Amino acid sequence: MDHLFFFLFGFIAVVCAINVVLQKHPISSALSLIGVMGSIAVLYLQLGAPFIAMAQIIVYAGAVMVLFIFVIMLLNAGSEEQRGRSWTAQLLGIPALLAFLGLVAYYLQRWFSDAGVVKFDNFQGGTAQAVGYALFTDYLLPFEVTSVLILVAILGAIVLARKELD
Amino acid sequence: MAQLLEVFNSGVPITWYLLLSAVLFALGVAGFVMRRNIITVFMCIELMLNAVNLSFVAFANQHRQVSGHIFTFFVMVVAAAEAAVGLAIILTVFKNRETLNIDEIDSLKN
Repeated sequence: MDHLFFFLFGFIAVVCAINVVLQKHPISSALSLIGVMGSIAVLYLQLGAPFIAMAQIIVYAGAVMVLFIFVIMLLNAGSEEQRGRSWTAQLLGIPALLAFLGLVAYYLQRWFSDAGVVKFDNFQGGTAQAVGYALFTDYLLPFEVTSVLILVAILGAIVLARKELD
Repeated sequence: MAQLLEVFNSGVPITWYLLLSAVLFALGVAGFVMRRNIITVFMCIELMLNAVNLSFVAFANQHRQVSGHIFTFFVMVVAAAEAAVGLAIILTVFKNRETLNIDEIDSLKN
């Protein structure tokens, strides 16, 4: 059952990620990215992180992607024109990517071969209660600093995007 | 057959999650380098952040600690702030230069 879940949603995530990279039109890339985020949220549930899964859906798939799609519509972004690439990049790109992934897989198997397995309900520490407790005790200072960061980001976005007053 | 059933009933190894995270990250890097639309490049950055979040949560499961979830939470918050500021910058660039192609946005070159 765990394998079925992992392969199903891992496969959806990888296919959607490939679609993000290959689609010509930004709106198709954005919709594929929502698919990646949704399937990763399901994998978070399997890893025992219900709070993070919900935050992923609400913050990423909800707020951030709506912002992206809003900007794409606002700028009326069309599909990008294809441009000739250098033949070395065309020749070496995919093999270099595969070689990198093969190296990563090899070292993951070597270093984390005894890292254990993931099952439903084998880790109960990721509930909203546990995350909230850690957030407001051990990580209180970073949490408060984050609120300042968000305030600065809001002000920066307003200043950057406002209409110039003559 | 019984062996196969045993493998199927035991859980998914942590390494597979890490490998999935690496694959998603590599795809994000590839898109970041290949694409020419500034909005799509920005979306590939979000894809890379998501891949890193997945490995954080996988490690949290391995070590039975909630710290990984906290890190993921902070990455999400910073990504939201980054998206707001970045998209405002894209809006301003488009207003001034009328293009989204990153090859044509080169006023800092030379």
